[in-house]
Amino acid sequence: MSEHTHDHDHHEAEGPHVTLKEYVTGFVLAVILTVIPFWLVMGNVFESSTTTALIILAFMVVQIVVHMVYFLHMNFHSEGGWNMLALIFTLVLVFITLAGSLWVMISLNNNMMPGMM
Amino acid sequence: MSEATMTADVKTQDGPLEFLVKGDHHPQNGTLLGFWLYLMSDCLIFACLFATYGVLARSYAGGPTGMEVFDLSLVAINTSMLLLSSITYGFAMLEMQANRLKGTLIWLAVTGLLGAGFLAVELYEFYHLIHIGATPQSSGFLTAFFALVGTHGLHVLFGIVWLVTLLFQLKKHGLIPANKRRVFCLSMFWHFLDVVWVGVFTYVYLMGVLP
Repeated sequence: MSEHTHDHDHHEAEGPHVTLKEYVTGFVLAVILTVIPFWLVMGNVFESSTTTALIILAFMVVQIVVHMVYFLHMNFHSEGGWNMLALIFTLVLVFITLAGSLWVMISLNNNMMPGMM
Repeated sequence: MSEATMTADVKTQDGPLEFLVKGDHHPQNGTLLGFWLYLMSDCLIFACLFATYGVLARSYAGGPTGMEVFDLSLVAINTSMLLLSSITYGFAMLEMQANRLKGTLIWLAVTGLLGAGFLAVELYEFYHLIHIGATPQSSGFLTAFFALVGTHGLHVLFGIVWLVTLLFQLKKHGLIPANKRRVFCLSMFWHFLDVVWVGVFTYVYLMGVLP
């Protein structure tokens, strides 16, 4: 009897309880969010590259959130909130790395154009 | 589920083994949190590679452009394989939760095969690119491309090595708590690779072929 309780406790400690519904919802959403950007680019739906780029980037962000929620089971109370805290910290660093590099290098490129020398 | 937890709590409170059980819990959660922290540091590696690619994406040095060398149908095949492998891993997790060893093994093996298929297509793509002269040495764009996509591919390769090891461990020891913890860690690793791939196919391939 006590062994059973022990097993049960282990099971609870293994991580979040996962359900079929969760995975199927995540999968269907991910497929939709993948097919649309491929269609937008391969079918040349929009004239302007910038419009297409912005829209597919938005789809990317939504799909990453879908993966995080339905596949990685992220929420605000797993591991006492430390998971989410680490994720938020990482996202801040990722944002600084990406936005900072692009900003600095693009403005450097613009100011070093051969025409200006 | 809440009922089951309640019963467990009552039993734990009544039993004299409370401290032992609690002491047992701590390192388990620690592993999952620690593994998550590793994934976050891995995420920073990919952020640096993405930043490098973003900076060099249009530095063709007179060589081929993304529009000329990327084959979107191959990328679509790869994306669907990785996405399918995510849900088959989910099925393995469900089988493991129901304590069915055979189902866990089968779905893990399917996941591994899909991962191997992904790697095969990617290696074919790399081989094709190098064959037509689009080598990593030819331009900043291609250097950054091979570094980013290659690093992701290496992660998938090591994920497969881990998965095969886990298959043998599961076969030998069954669904013991240590193995369940390993399956759970690998699931985080595998889904994390899928998240990175979402960034790769959008930012590198789809945006790369835009005029």
